[in-house]
Amino acid sequence: MARNLIAFLGLVTIAIGRAIRHPRRIRVTAVIANMERSGFNALPIVGLLSFLIGVVLAYQGVDQLTRFGAEIFSINLLAVSMLREIGVLMTAILIAGRSGSAFTAQIGTMKVNQEIDAMSTLGLDPIEVLVLPRILALVITLPLLVFYSDMLGMLGGAIALMLLLDMSPTQFLIQLNSAIPMGTFWVGIIKAPFFAFAIALIGCYEGLRVSGSAESVGRLTTQSVVEAIFLVLILDAGFSILFSSIGI
Amino acid sequence: MTAPATPDTGEKDPAIRVRGVVNKFGETVIHDGLDLDVRRGEVIGVVGASGAGKSVLLRTIVGLNHQAEGSIEVLGRDVDRLSDDEREALRRHWGVLFQDGALFSSMTVAQNIQVPIKQFLDLRPDLLAEVTALKIALVGLPPDAAVKYPSELSGGMRKRAGLARALALDPDILFLDEPTAGLDPIGAAAFDSLIRNLQQALGLTVFMVTHDLDSLTAICDRIAVLVDKKVIVGTLSSLLRHEHPWIREYFHGPRARAAGADK
Repeated sequence: MARNLIAFLGLVTIAIGRAIRHPRRIRVTAVIANMERSGFNALPIVGLLSFLIGVVLAYQGVDQLTRFGAEIFSINLLAVSMLREIGVLMTAILIAGRSGSAFTAQIGTMKVNQEIDAMSTLGLDPIEVLVLPRILALVITLPLLVFYSDMLGMLGGAIALMLLLDMSPTQFLIQLNSAIPMGTFWVGIIKAPFFAFAIALIGCYEGLRVSGSAESVGRLTTQSVVEAIFLVLILDAGFSILFSSIGI
Repeated sequence: MTAPATPDTGEKDPAIRVRGVVNKFGETVIHDGLDLDVRRGEVIGVVGASGAGKSVLLRTIVGLNHQAEGSIEVLGRDVDRLSDDEREALRRHWGVLFQDGALFSSMTVAQNIQVPIKQFLDLRPDLLAEVTALKIALVGLPPDAAVKYPSELSGGMRKRAGLARALALDPDILFLDEPTAGLDPIGAAAFDSLIRNLQQALGLTVFMVTHDLDSLTAICDRIAVLVDKKVIVGTLSSLLRHEHPWIREYFHGPRARAAGADK
């Protein structure tokens, strides 16, 4: 499995290289259609969940930290966990379930319907036509979605903290500004394109592995989501080690 | 037994020449040293038991499956010895109709037909529309089918649309994978005569994988039977006299009698 995935990664890398040398071969319409489907259409669900997570983090923070009289540090807790980890992880997991699965199901159904074979006999490269636009679309949209998730999460947390601690928005912002450097925000965002690449790669790879039946589409769709989330968490662990070793 | 079975070995300038092809999936050998010549301008029907490798043979010739051994020449060119550009150019000379049409489901019939045209040619929009309309008319679809999506068409119409896409670049060779499977007898007969008419009008070479005895008797010039991992080629009348038990059963069974093959 891992070997085939790496072989597929190789094919995709070659196709990316070709697309960079001949940018006109990039299918802009398909990229934008995929950005709409997996980015724009995901805004409501990503926003709602992020907002609620922000509220939960604020409540839990205040609950625990009040015991030490350090409830003002709930802002640090909220900002660090939301911006560094939870915003990007939750969005990536949501998109793996929402778009990674859709990639597998779409490409898998086309495989069952022999559309991929037809494409090859017409001289079209399925990787160029189907895989690259999906990868590109997700690599562009996931960082934007993560930014959006960060903002909504902070908003939810801020509202909860202002109610619980009886703070004004100005006080909240002053404390937030002193609590975390800008780097915390970038640490979260920088991971998003890598997660996006992993999710789209696995989604398309499993879709192209479909053979024969509708049953295989279902099985591989499940597998695609599980593997994508697994890979995202592995990458996240890798990033944590990397960041702590370089001291961010 | 093999000598009279393939009397046409060494055909001059065939459309397709298959030599010593071996295909295997894991341990299962599908083709073992298969030879086949397809003459220019003929309709050849490929028959065989389920799992005998009819579709695999078609897929191998059009490059969707790579043979373990052996060589394949199409229009005199060895497909394995071509550069990418040459292979691309050769691809223009054939069209493939898959079992259920294999139309791109996110596109209309017209857009489907335009995919290969846009891939290889740079036509003005009005000319492109004209060519598309011509291809739609050629396969006997009503003009309003152009704007429909594959899901809005019947099985027979999807096959016709798939045929229009396969013919989009005026190919020399047409590959058909079970063109009449899933059609009612009237639709199947109509599709047979459509293929025959197109073949004569456009001078096509047709390579047809089929299960349909009516198609074989109605439109095929020669028949290639896949048995014992090789093919035995002959005309209908020569195969009717063939000794091989599977061929005897195939052409003399009750269904063959009903189709009028066993005259």
